[in-house]
Amino acid sequence: MSAAERTGSDREVMLSVENITLSFGAVRAIRDVSFDILKGEIRAIIGPNGAGKTSMLNVINGFYHPQQGQILFRGAVRRQMRPHEAAAGGIARTFQNVALFKGMTTLDNIMTGRNLKMKSWRTSLLPAMIYYGPTQREEIANREHVERVIDFLEIEAIRKVPVGRLPYGLQKRVELGRALAAEPDLLLLDEPMAGMNLEEKQDMCRFVLDVNDEFGTTIALIEHDMGVVMDLSDRVVVLDHGEKIADGTPDEVKNDQNVIDAYLGVSH
Amino acid sequence: MNEPRHGQADTFPKLLLENARIRGSRPAYRQKYLGIWQTHTWQEAADIAREIGLGLASLGMKRGDKVALIGQNTTLMYISFDAIQSVGGIPVPLYADSVAEEMTYVLDHAGVRFAVCQDQEQIDKIETMRDRVPQIEHLVYEEHKGMRRYEQPDMHSIDALREAGREFDRANPGFFDEQVALGTGSELAIIVYTSGTTGNPKGVMLSYDALCRSARLARDLEGLGENEEVLAYLPLAWVGDHFISHAQHHVTGFTVNCPESPDTLVADLRDIGPTLFIAPPAIFENFLTQIGIRIADAARIKQALYNRAIALARRVGEPILNGEAVGLVDRLMYRFYEFCIYGPLKNTLGFSRTTVAYTGGAPLGEEVFSFYRSIGVNLKQLYGQTESCAYVCLQRNGDARLDTVGPPAPEVEVRITEAGELLYRSPGNFLGYYRNDEATSETLDADGWVHTGDAGILTDSGHVKIIDRAKDVGTMTDGTVFAPQYIENKLKFYPFIREAVAHGTGRDYATAFINIDLEAVGNFAEREGLGYSGYMDLSQQDQVYDLIQGNIEEVNRDLARDSTLASSQIRRFLILHKELDADDGELTRTRKLRRRIIGDRYNDLIEALYSNRDHIQVNSRVTFEDGRVGEFNADVKIRNVATAPAGSS
Repeated sequence: MSAAERTGSDREVMLSVENITLSFGAVRAIRDVSFDILKGEIRAIIGPNGAGKTSMLNVINGFYHPQQGQILFRGAVRRQMRPHEAAAGGIARTFQNVALFKGMTTLDNIMTGRNLKMKSWRTSLLPAMIYYGPTQREEIANREHVERVIDFLEIEAIRKVPVGRLPYGLQKRVELGRALAAEPDLLLLDEPMAGMNLEEKQDMCRFVLDVNDEFGTTIALIEHDMGVVMDLSDRVVVLDHGEKIADGTPDEVKNDQNVIDAYLGVSH
Repeated sequence: MNEPRHGQADTFPKLLLENARIRGSRPAYRQKYLGIWQTHTWQEAADIAREIGLGLASLGMKRGDKVALIGQNTTLMYISFDAIQSVGGIPVPLYADSVAEEMTYVLDHAGVRFAVCQDQEQIDKIETMRDRVPQIEHLVYEEHKGMRRYEQPDMHSIDALREAGREFDRANPGFFDEQVALGTGSELAIIVYTSGTTGNPKGVMLSYDALCRSARLARDLEGLGENEEVLAYLPLAWVGDHFISHAQHHVTGFTVNCPESPDTLVADLRDIGPTLFIAPPAIFENFLTQIGIRIADAARIKQALYNRAIALARRVGEPILNGEAVGLVDRLMYRFYEFCIYGPLKNTLGFSRTTVAYTGGAPLGEEVFSFYRSIGVNLKQLYGQTESCAYVCLQRNGDARLDTVGPPAPEVEVRITEAGELLYRSPGNFLGYYRNDEATSETLDADGWVHTGDAGILTDSGHVKIIDRAKDVGTMTDGTVFAPQYIENKLKFYPFIREAVAHGTGRDYATAFINIDLEAVGNFAEREGLGYSGYMDLSQQDQVYDLIQGNIEEVNRDLARDSTLASSQIRRFLILHKELDADDGELTRTRKLRRRIIGDRYNDLIEALYSNRDHIQVNSRVTFEDGRVGEFNADVKIRNVATAPAGSS
């Protein structure tokens, strides 16, 4: 499938950001930005340092609350969504700086991603103390899901290793695993390839494509490596100083004068 | 022991059906998936083989067609061997880590029409070379991951193939059994390509009879039964794995266990606790290095206890294993340490239940060999070739020695030519090289003797001793014999040295390239507070040179003891700035040196060793697994080493 086919206009909108403005005191991090994310696409958010990319992700998953504008997630307006509501609604994310439980094993870290899926009475205090019976069955079902994630990301060998002992590239992969364990519809990746070597980047690209392909997960990612962005994404939105300066396919964006100016500077 | 009336069928598909009949509910294969060992019984294996075999037939596969098998060790890959053979096809297993270029040669040379691949990686490699191997008609893949966008009509998932097979079976009942019955023992069973240290790979043709007879002889010699557990982790394309995990497996009816992933060997080994274990020396050495590193980091009291236990084991462990008389006190102490040290140690390594462990392909260090034997692991050496279905000589229980590879195996004849080359004639003799009559006539003579190309000696006690590759043995300018492998093996016994290349033929003195062991030297660097960024940086540190120099000087003292080897002492050496790698063609896939390629590629470095320079600037190429090539520059240091006077000790 070509990028053009994948982004055909008949595609359902998963999430749309409408006229968002976010300020911290006098600092306006995001100014009147609007764009949408279609179901099943890989959407990149790029821009120079301080452009407001991470702030944008934080707005999407409810960590920051914008002063103006609204977010439509699956057609419903979400103005003051909290992170756990976003997560329960099917939005999962990874962080720019790995945010795992360093002393816990890979397996346990990914299991935490199942937390939201365990809200039935079976895991409430009393049945959990008894454990055998319903709680055990629920645990097994969740573990099976986690094992599928481990198989998918090819991290069987580090299943029982505390993540603090793993190299950075693998920690990033575990973090992706934890996000996947929540079976998200929309996955937000904040610089998934930052600080990786070439081989690790290639592996990570492969996994991002596979996630999109196998599970049909919609992905929004922030990335600085332009090669990665151009290869992976279906559409790219470019921010600069909190404003949207371009939006389109990788080719369109690459040749946009505003984008070239933002990255390379303007000659006067 | 086995019931003698079973295991006599003459082809593997027939043996598979026989096993399904007499031990249908016993496990034939296990594979760890989603963290759990998933079992396939003999009956299930036979059913799946039927489906896949008929699926291939429905795609138009005919008797005698070659089918490539490429991937890691999985239950379905192993069953695919049966599937192919049951409808008369010839499996051609390929190394999963070969680069696309290497694969193309074999696929083209074997005239492969179908390929069964384990995952997308292998499919992609074939796809990139598809225009150069146009005779490939259909590709089958086992793993779905990443295959969603492949919609070519000639690509089939193994599930779809099985469905097609079931349909074919309904339309043609009796076809499968008919095809299985058509196979006979004298037919070609498999073509195994040997990587070869020179030139292109050669396709060794092995018959069902050769594989089955060799497997039966080995089974009877070792007393193997259906309760054996084997971990299948070595490449499918290596004859040793095929011999154990397919031939021996079918003849004996034991269980083959496939690891979860290539990186989980240690954990899987511990899970399974194989009773029969075969590994190249590097694996045994690596385990011992790991133990050493862990003990060095352990608390004092643990270290002391471990050292005492190992000291006792070194003294009495081997005699106990060989069933010799040992004093009562020592015997009791050995029991005690077995309980608190050796037992847990073997359990950690996965050797608790091992009755036979074999190693071969390269000599084993004395320390490594005696360590395993002393803690009660029956480690033995074997010598063999692809051309002999894996083995020629096997060490016997109670008579395992370090310096020989054992007496010829049952029904194998061995002879040494006047030139010193080892010849053998064995029930496992190959049929010839596929489409290479010239090489066949050079290797296999009219009387059935196979020329090994190895220089060997037959000792007075009837054991065979391998010295070197016959063609590698040369002379130095002073006329003394120079056997590079002999020296390299001595060097490689040191844990810090991973690979060595000795030079000296036609020269005044001997020199060497060294590859350090990144893990062992990295650990040393950590303890010494030495910072490094990677292999290249670490390899050129002065302290590392000091370390290696010490090892080489010890080897020199050892060489000096023997007057014929005294002039082979190493005078100068350098540590290579990159690891020798099979992807760069410097090693074979089984990690043997390709001397000619190394000699050509590093000619500047060799010349520098025979000059008086103390460093040299090099520009080097590396090939990545996907075929891309990178270049980098390095400054390599050269060191002089002290030699010992001949005859000194």
